[in-house]
Amino acid sequence: MPININDLERIVNSGLGTAIKKSEINFNQLFIDIDLENLISVILFLKTNEKCKFKQLIDITAVDYIEREKRFKIVYLLLSHENNLRIIVNLQTEDKIEIPSINKIFPSANWMEREVFDMYGISFKDHPDLRRILTDYGFEGHPLRKDFPLTGHTEIRYNEANKKIISEPVKLDQEYREFDFESPWEGTKYIKSETEKNIDKNKK
Amino acid sequence: MTKKTKTMNLNFGPQHPAAHGVLRLILELDGEVVEKIDPHIGLLHRGTEKLIEHKTYTQALPYFDRLDYVAPMNQEHAFALAIEKLLDIQVPARGQFIRVLFCEIGRILSHLLNVTTQALDVGALTPSLWGFEERETLMTFYERVSGSRLHANYFRPGGVHKDLPIGLTDDILIFCNNFPQIIDDLETLLTDNRIFKQRNVDIGIVSKQEALDHSFSGVMLRGSGIPWDLRKSQPYECYKDFNFKIPVGKNGDCYDRYLCRMEEMRESVNIIKDCIKKMPAGPVKSIDGKITPPKKEDIKNSMEALIHHFKLFSEGFRVPEGEIYTAVEAPKGEFGVYLVSDGSNKPYKCKIRAPGFSHLQAMDYLLKGHMLADVPAVLGSLDIVFGEVDR
Repeated sequence: MPININDLERIVNSGLGTAIKKSEINFNQLFIDIDLENLISVILFLKTNEKCKFKQLIDITAVDYIEREKRFKIVYLLLSHENNLRIIVNLQTEDKIEIPSINKIFPSANWMEREVFDMYGISFKDHPDLRRILTDYGFEGHPLRKDFPLTGHTEIRYNEANKKIISEPVKLDQEYREFDFESPWEGTKYIKSETEKNIDKNKK
Repeated sequence: MTKKTKTMNLNFGPQHPAAHGVLRLILELDGEVVEKIDPHIGLLHRGTEKLIEHKTYTQALPYFDRLDYVAPMNQEHAFALAIEKLLDIQVPARGQFIRVLFCEIGRILSHLLNVTTQALDVGALTPSLWGFEERETLMTFYERVSGSRLHANYFRPGGVHKDLPIGLTDDILIFCNNFPQIIDDLETLLTDNRIFKQRNVDIGIVSKQEALDHSFSGVMLRGSGIPWDLRKSQPYECYKDFNFKIPVGKNGDCYDRYLCRMEEMRESVNIIKDCIKKMPAGPVKSIDGKITPPKKEDIKNSMEALIHHFKLFSEGFRVPEGEIYTAVEAPKGEFGVYLVSDGSNKPYKCKIRAPGFSHLQAMDYLLKGHMLADVPAVLGSLDIVFGEVDR
């Protein structure tokens, strides 16, 4: 018997109790906030609970809020085919704190965690093979951190004299320009009703 | 006396015709039997997600064409849907139908490429020659709406860029009437072909449970007998107005996945025909001038339209704060965009969930105990395109 999103919120809140710090429904998806120490139990509950049935891990990612004290938000996206529902599990963490790996629960978490490690430098405890995945061999830094420059730190080129590819610090003729537009627009909501009025007027 | 065996390491790629792009596999072989596979990806990594964080929403859209460059518009679709949901705007009916039309064209584009190159990998040359001719026709349709064969940049937040040019639907209909015959011809070459079957039947079997555990989606999931298609189960745009079947495999091997793709192409042709028949008249993009650019003639006559045009192509539009995950059924599986907006004109974070990433991850488990010659067969049936895997 499939359940709907409101039932799911109830089940999750009653089943996990205080492990859930916050839950809300946006765009027909359930977003829950949890603490680091509850991660494994929450994910395991969502997968094995006979009503939730979140059998598939869609993705793991992180968001870098550089100005916050707990800088990173790790995001787990799960999908339940039986209930046709999605849940998004958020957890806040600091730099240099190890996250427990969920590789044992979902084998597909392997590369996803590697990607988060590569891009954000967040390491995972008990991960079988935590190597870089997308960046080049010997790459330094974590590109998706907000303090990593868009241009990167090094560039590579073929050196004719040495007959090999060498890596050197980036030299830019012009700095990357971030345009800051101060917008006088507040938003689009009030415009929407106005344009509709205008259309009515034009029809007349 | 005991015999000592030693495994051999073999480096496959990064430049190899059967690698479908730039994939490096470190194979550990015991004779001809694969013991372990370690795929090294990232050779086509371009930092798309980082670049998107530094561009306005309009400027970020073309990056999606460059992910799965075999079916570009399906990717744009996921991003456009995410923005539309955050902005809370509706796409007019005609815009939705045009989107569905081109998504299905993209599906045929992708499946044609995959099926024929997989056949090429296992030794059949002709299908790819026949298939690529049809792909060329389809790409001219892309060109006629967007001006480019591959990197279309056609789906925009709020609708599509321009209405269809006159006569395009007629030509697409002619294509739809001829194309089933081409699929039949391809099937006569492959479906009962002894060599093709020997190379694909019972190779790379995925059970239902394993398909779920390894985050498979799309044909990889349906080939194993799980009837799941986001177009049916979580309909976006006007997919619920269409009646189409979801082909499901039985054994979960490479051959079943091939059959699923062939059937899906036939279904796509029907959807396209239906879509052209039902297509309503009207605007193709949202009339909200703060989101979609004005018409050229309006810019000449209206000051407001001129300002809108200027602001949209310099500052762009602002998206309300929030986070959202949207997914579409791309030809290769569930293609998703996890978008975080901080209320500015640029995405704060945009995670691209590419189906090929999880599929490729399963290489090791899929091929353990198979022969070396099965590696390209399985790789072909996974439908990998490195643009999306490496991002």
